[in-house]
Amino acid sequence: MNLSFLIILPLITAIIILFVKGLKQVRTVALAGSLLQLALVFNLLFQYLKERASNTAPMLFQYDYNWFDSLNIHYHVGVDGISVAMILLTSLVVVAGVLVSWAQETLSKEFFFLLIFLSLGAYGFFISLDLFTMFFFLEVAVIPKFLLIGIWGSGKKEYSAMKLALMLMGGSALIFVGLAGVYYYTFSNNQSFDLLAIAQANIPLLTQKIFFPFLFIGFGIFTALFPFHTWVPDGHSSAPTAASMFLAGISMKLGGYGCLRVATYLMPDAAHEYQWIIILLSTIGIIYGAFATMMQKDLKYINAYSSVSHTGFVLFGIGMLTRTSINGAVMQMVSHGLMTALFFAAIGMIYSRAHTRMVDQLGGMLKVMPFISTVFMIAGLTSLGLPGFSGFVAEMTVFMGSWQNADTMYRVATILACASIVVTAVYILRAAGQAIMGPVTNEQYNQLTDARWNEKFAAALLIIAIVVIGIAPFWLNDLIGSGTNTIMNKVLMILK
Amino acid sequence: MNHYSYIALIPLLPLATFVILGLFGRKYFKSFSGVIGVTALLITALLSLQTAYYYFFIDGKVNGVYQKIIALQYTWLQFSPNVSIDLGIILDPISVMMLVVVSFVSLMVHIFSLGYMKGEERFATYYAFLSLFTFSMLGLVISTNIFQIYMFWELVGVSSYLLIGYYYDKPSAVAASKKAFIVTRFADLGFLIGILILSFYAQTLDFETLITRLTDTQSTYFLGISSATFVGASVLTWGLTLVFIGGAGKSAMFPLHIWLPDAMEGPTPVSALIHAATMVVAGVYLVARLFPIFSVDEFALQIVTYVGLASAFIAAIIACTQTDIKRVLAYSTMSQIGYMMFALGVAKQGGEEGLGYMGSMFHLFTHAFFKSLLFLGAGAVIHLVHSNDMKDMGGLRKLMPITHFSFLIACLAIAGIPPFAGFFSKEEILLAAFNANKLVYGVALFTSGLTAFYMFRLYYSIFWSKEAHVHSHHHGEGTWSMKLPLIILGIMAAVAGFIPFSHFVTTDGAALETHINYAFSAAPVLFGVLGILLATVLYKNANAKPDAVANTFGGLYRSAYRKFYIDELYLFITKKIVFNLIGRPAAWIDKNIVDGCMNLLATITAKISELIKGVQSGKVQNYALYFFGGIVALAVLFIYVWK
Repeated sequence: MNLSFLIILPLITAIIILFVKGLKQVRTVALAGSLLQLALVFNLLFQYLKERASNTAPMLFQYDYNWFDSLNIHYHVGVDGISVAMILLTSLVVVAGVLVSWAQETLSKEFFFLLIFLSLGAYGFFISLDLFTMFFFLEVAVIPKFLLIGIWGSGKKEYSAMKLALMLMGGSALIFVGLAGVYYYTFSNNQSFDLLAIAQANIPLLTQKIFFPFLFIGFGIFTALFPFHTWVPDGHSSAPTAASMFLAGISMKLGGYGCLRVATYLMPDAAHEYQWIIILLSTIGIIYGAFATMMQKDLKYINAYSSVSHTGFVLFGIGMLTRTSINGAVMQMVSHGLMTALFFAAIGMIYSRAHTRMVDQLGGMLKVMPFISTVFMIAGLTSLGLPGFSGFVAEMTVFMGSWQNADTMYRVATILACASIVVTAVYILRAAGQAIMGPVTNEQYNQLTDARWNEKFAAALLIIAIVVIGIAPFWLNDLIGSGTNTIMNKVLMILK
Repeated sequence: MNHYSYIALIPLLPLATFVILGLFGRKYFKSFSGVIGVTALLITALLSLQTAYYYFFIDGKVNGVYQKIIALQYTWLQFSPNVSIDLGIILDPISVMMLVVVSFVSLMVHIFSLGYMKGEERFATYYAFLSLFTFSMLGLVISTNIFQIYMFWELVGVSSYLLIGYYYDKPSAVAASKKAFIVTRFADLGFLIGILILSFYAQTLDFETLITRLTDTQSTYFLGISSATFVGASVLTWGLTLVFIGGAGKSAMFPLHIWLPDAMEGPTPVSALIHAATMVVAGVYLVARLFPIFSVDEFALQIVTYVGLASAFIAAIIACTQTDIKRVLAYSTMSQIGYMMFALGVAKQGGEEGLGYMGSMFHLFTHAFFKSLLFLGAGAVIHLVHSNDMKDMGGLRKLMPITHFSFLIACLAIAGIPPFAGFFSKEEILLAAFNANKLVYGVALFTSGLTAFYMFRLYYSIFWSKEAHVHSHHHGEGTWSMKLPLIILGIMAAVAGFIPFSHFVTTDGAALETHINYAFSAAPVLFGVLGILLATVLYKNANAKPDAVANTFGGLYRSAYRKFYIDELYLFITKKIVFNLIGRPAAWIDKNIVDGCMNLLATITAKISELIKGVQSGKVQNYALYFFGGIVALAVLFIYVWK
């Protein structure tokens, strides 16, 4: 399997979008492209599973091309179980995102172009094995967000777009410093950005201690590390529906993936050294995000703050440094990506009809739009960790894994993290109880229509993925486990 | 894999019904949905009975001891080489007994609902949720793995949530469903942490292995967990207590019971199924499932005992004062589950000492029949008078003879009057309590008198007291589908006590010989009769005496009527403390301080650039000035400073 197809196909799709006219053609091209991509990704999944059965190399389907010789920068790609899982998540969210934007009348060409372009960045990021190339794709994925929010957003969109772009750029700057440090201080000569080579070489301890914080915080900003999470609520709530889905479903995962693949994998000593800080900050993020959510009135703010809490589990799982907890962290990335995309889709559908997202102005949606309300409820129940949906599997894996870390303070942190599932239940059920259930509060709501085919299709796609993971998690666990092994082997070497 | 694998169908049929009705019911099946639900449940119930027959009479026993049979098991989620969540089916006396109870009561409720819920707009959804619940509950009782039970535990919780909130446009129903879910979620947190603790030390999640490892007092696993201590108690005690908290939440034990009375907002057949016969006894079942481990930890058992006893007593007192008939029944359920709980608490593993365990399971069994009967009877009454309040009832015995008669049987059964079912099971519990702890026995005995009193207060208020003033005679007692379950359950409530239960369900699987000891029975029966007599005097005919009694008790009556202000206490904690002291500050800090810092950073950057932007003015003269100034400065620097 040639991994480059994963970035060529979105590129072609994006280019074709530039040359067609009108919403109808644009969206058809975007949908066709993203469906093709989905098929390609499923092909990748099966090929990977087949190949993995016999091949124990850390990365499969590698391809290496030296594209900037003087700095030894390579276009080096390859995947393991973790990247395949993230790619799968991305392709599902992209299809759903295109579908919910079906009626995007204003500047539709530019809108879909940016969406597809964003996904290109994500695919490139997840397959890169060269740190510089990885960084390049990370930036490709950042810029479209600024435009998507600034142009098609709602509310104080300029402020939010600027805030998001600046904070993510700040994160990128930190990442770049970290990468430069790794580049210059790992090999005395023949410096390289190659992930696998650096992992082989073992970065000197001092270098790790200095540059780990840059990388971890930099990527952490992308994944809402407390206290750098404040772009999340404003950014998500101002963004148009599809952009919110991409932001929470894909972009925040870039950060989690980077924290794991780059920071923790390359610098396990430093990860161990700074473990307590990671766990402290992520525990605060989990608990405090959950309590802050409880007070929100706007559905999008609710989901955005709850994302702060939920992605806290990702960093928490990584910070605990046990095999199971890291497995759980990756599962949580996949699960949260699907769940939160579904949640934003449902909120967007409600907003586009009722023209409000305020919980206290909505009410009785279940009566008016049963399909959309059911989608909302499913997303909510996934969010509060109901068995049968993906959230339960991921959170429980994180908890089981974290508990393996026998340090008393970390146990306390685990208990606090567990406690957040109660708070989650509170805010989800409060929002659902007021907005979805209850009597219809506004006469005009009775005229509203339920979901159209494209919205149903988008929701069904995400729900199926959530349920498949929820009732048969073993395949995802095995898939991810094949990637976690590589990382854990390095971490365990340190701990011994 | 063995010839028991067909048992997988028992939970899977309701699951299939849920999926089919959930996806297509409203559009395609409509009122036919009920028939689909009933048919699937009928097959499930028959399969459960067949399983019970095979297990108890054909091949469950080896050398006189009932074995644990793993009918199916496969790995669902592997956490580490030793620890995994497995989904499977365990057959042992309690799980098979529960299969029968759950599928049987669920079938009765399915049939009853055909008439009761007729014409509801979301009829198909109702049956879908009912099937979802049945699936989850059946999955819960056959769990082989402590995490499996936790999963189904959450699923029954959400089914309960969905069914309580079935009338979703009623704000009170929405509030009740939320409350039920959140309170039990809070308790489940304990359960989850308990699982983490136990599984960490036992290195397994599998029930069988868990029990073996933690009951063998010589094993390294046991020594590890019992020697580690945390805040004065051994970690084993902590683990078990936390698991018990989960059970107490689901089983509405004091002080986590506050959700149960509110849960009566759901349709009445739902209350019969979920909040009387099945889900609320899950906590008892959980403790029974882990009983061998509980039995090695005296302290944890004591907690079980006293929490159970307090719940039994407090709930009985509150039940005496409530006027909503469903709430009376809800408190009565809580009280009876309290009996089951403390019966487990006073038991020991093995032989004669295990009487409490057996009595608890027996009471669970008989209670399922007479309590679901009481709820369905109440449902039939509510269906007729369109009110839950005793004030709107009275004199209904002539209008609804079948309901009246079956309700009377159930009242006698719960009051412990021989030869009805409750007498036998309560007898075993009281005997076990008498042998173990006289204080427990005393309170339990008094409570059984209270039980008889409040049940007959309820009975007289509905069926006697005053003349009926129901105008709408048109649907009389309801359809055959509502009467049939009442009759069947009435028969069960009358005769279920004669089942030689101690031959089937004991702590160690070996039969236990029990006899009715007439001298011992005298006291409980006497208390029961006294309770009934008192209720007869006060409530058979409308009179002023009840008010006079209420006035005599004054403060006690008022606080019992207000449910001892526990709801208010919770409200205070959640509203004032959690929301105002944690939630609001968190949101405020985030907006003003954390985000404020970020914005400040941006502002400072903007200010600085504002200050220095004049440098890039585009004026060549200025640039030239800076340029030469710089050269001069550097020259000075190199010449004089660095040399």
